[in-house]
Amino acid sequence: MTIPGSIGTGPVVDRHGKPLRALNQFDARAEEPVAVQDDAPPAEVLVTEHGTAAVERPRPGSRASGRVRRIGLSLVVPVLLLVAWHVATEVTGTFASYELPSPGSVVAAGVELATRENGPTFFTHIQISVQRVLIGFVIGSVTGLAVGALVGLSRLADGLLAGTVGAVRAVPSLGWVPLLVLWIGINEDSKVLLVAIGAFFPVYTTVASALRHVDPHLVEAGRAYGLRGTSLLLRVQLPAATPAVVSGLRLALAQSWLFLVAAELIASSMGLGFLLTDSANNGRVDRILLSLVTLAVLGKVTDALIGVVEKRLLRRW
Amino acid sequence: MAITAPITVRSHPAHPVAVRGVGRTFPPRDRGGRAKAVLADVDLDIAAGEIVALIGASGCGKSTLLRQVSGLDAPTAGQILIDGTPVAGIDDRCAVAFQEPRLLPWRTLAQNVAIGLPRGTDRTAGAQRVTELLELVGLGECTGYRPRQVSGGMAQRASLARALARNPGVLVLDEPFGALDALTRLKMQDLLLEVHAAEPTTVLLVTHDVDEALYLADRVVLLGRPDGAPTSAPAGVRSVVTVPGARPRDRADAQLALLRAQLLEGLGVPSHHVAHDADAHHSI
Repeated sequence: MTIPGSIGTGPVVDRHGKPLRALNQFDARAEEPVAVQDDAPPAEVLVTEHGTAAVERPRPGSRASGRVRRIGLSLVVPVLLLVAWHVATEVTGTFASYELPSPGSVVAAGVELATRENGPTFFTHIQISVQRVLIGFVIGSVTGLAVGALVGLSRLADGLLAGTVGAVRAVPSLGWVPLLVLWIGINEDSKVLLVAIGAFFPVYTTVASALRHVDPHLVEAGRAYGLRGTSLLLRVQLPAATPAVVSGLRLALAQSWLFLVAAELIASSMGLGFLLTDSANNGRVDRILLSLVTLAVLGKVTDALIGVVEKRLLRRW
Repeated sequence: MAITAPITVRSHPAHPVAVRGVGRTFPPRDRGGRAKAVLADVDLDIAAGEIVALIGASGCGKSTLLRQVSGLDAPTAGQILIDGTPVAGIDDRCAVAFQEPRLLPWRTLAQNVAIGLPRGTDRTAGAQRVTELLELVGLGECTGYRPRQVSGGMAQRASLARALARNPGVLVLDEPFGALDALTRLKMQDLLLEVHAAEPTTVLLVTHDVDEALYLADRVVLLGRPDGAPTSAPAGVRSVVTVPGARPRDRADAQLALLRAQLLEGLGVPSHHVAHDADAHHSI
């Protein structure tokens, strides 16, 4: 693409073949309005209707095939592991079934749990765990956002709180359990609260540091245009910190799953963490593997979902 | 640079600015350090609609003075009056454009310009004003671009449009073209003059470029320390030069060349100007 009037693109003429008058900066007015001159956007950056740069987007066909290829590539290792697992248990018999049950028997355990008449089914375990993670994640990340914003924006709050919160953060997840049980009791609240504690810290840390490091030039420009307090936060500081906030949310969700298992390991009658301990006590290795694989898959799926949200949110950055 | 769209004529408030005995001393950075006096006893009167250029050596307090006028910073002595009332804090009557465009990268150019609109602007009127201003600065085609998709010159023009959106009585420009390449800078100077003709607000601009000051300004103010003063002494107004001739001026004008030599000498830069050249021109 040749930009009219750009330097080094040969004779500079307008669409009538006359020398382009607008190129002369001493010439107040060009004969023909020339909309875009030599300081037009770089040729390779084309803007689509949605305002995203087309250059970052390869042809649709190659993009789709690229995605298929990536998914295929990421499945190679799990499939190989599954095959190796099957071979080691069913074919060669390297491991006894009480050491490492075969993939087939893990699936069978899942089916049995899912269809059983008495007691919580497999789906009940999943449902209650997902519910605890989501509620805890929302509470923890909203609180993390609020406290992080406070510490990131106010020097006073930073001085008062940053040290204490950092120390509390160092407490391991299981350390909270006795106190939560003592103060709140053995119920949903204590488990959700533990998950919330897990979700709080990644959001708090990333938000506080991102807000502290927002480009001071942008903040000053915002102030110069009459933005202050909440309007400055909402229009300049939070949007500038959004990429960091989103990655903090992603970390928080992962940490929520870790804290969930801690919450369910002790004092629960449902959930994947309970299934894990219960099976360990009963020597059901197949169910242990079942709950581990389920936790891995659920964690990955929720992470992928938040990844989609991240992509949509950050399209403008 | 050509304006491609007709400009709607608006009744525009241009405010006079009075700088009265302004001084700014910064507190010491660390314990035992010394307070740094950057400006002292600055007096300056700017008429409504006038273009005044501030020049001075690097670090002499030009930008500091601009920050006092725009209310981004408060003087430690004296006061600044815009239209007769003192400046206290960020002033609605003032709009600033910085050396860097400082556009919000997640907003389109149009959305960035909209930030400049005064609070409580009607939505449709605001959108119309933004379109009008972007056309005024020659960005009518680029309203949906994001700052990283446009060149430095275009971003700087958007920054100028954002300042104008505020409908300012005083337009404060801190080395607005300093970061641009030489050719784009010349074009931007003409653009600024066209904008000033269309919306004749008071303009106070800082520049490093003596030619730019002489091309744009009604008066050029030289800031600096008094002769023989130590380098730690605060700066004040050394001289004020009224630039002859109506705009647009001939950049090669002999009278301007003479003033240029004087100002450069005032800045402590030998101009190597040969006086009889100018005399020869005068005799024609």
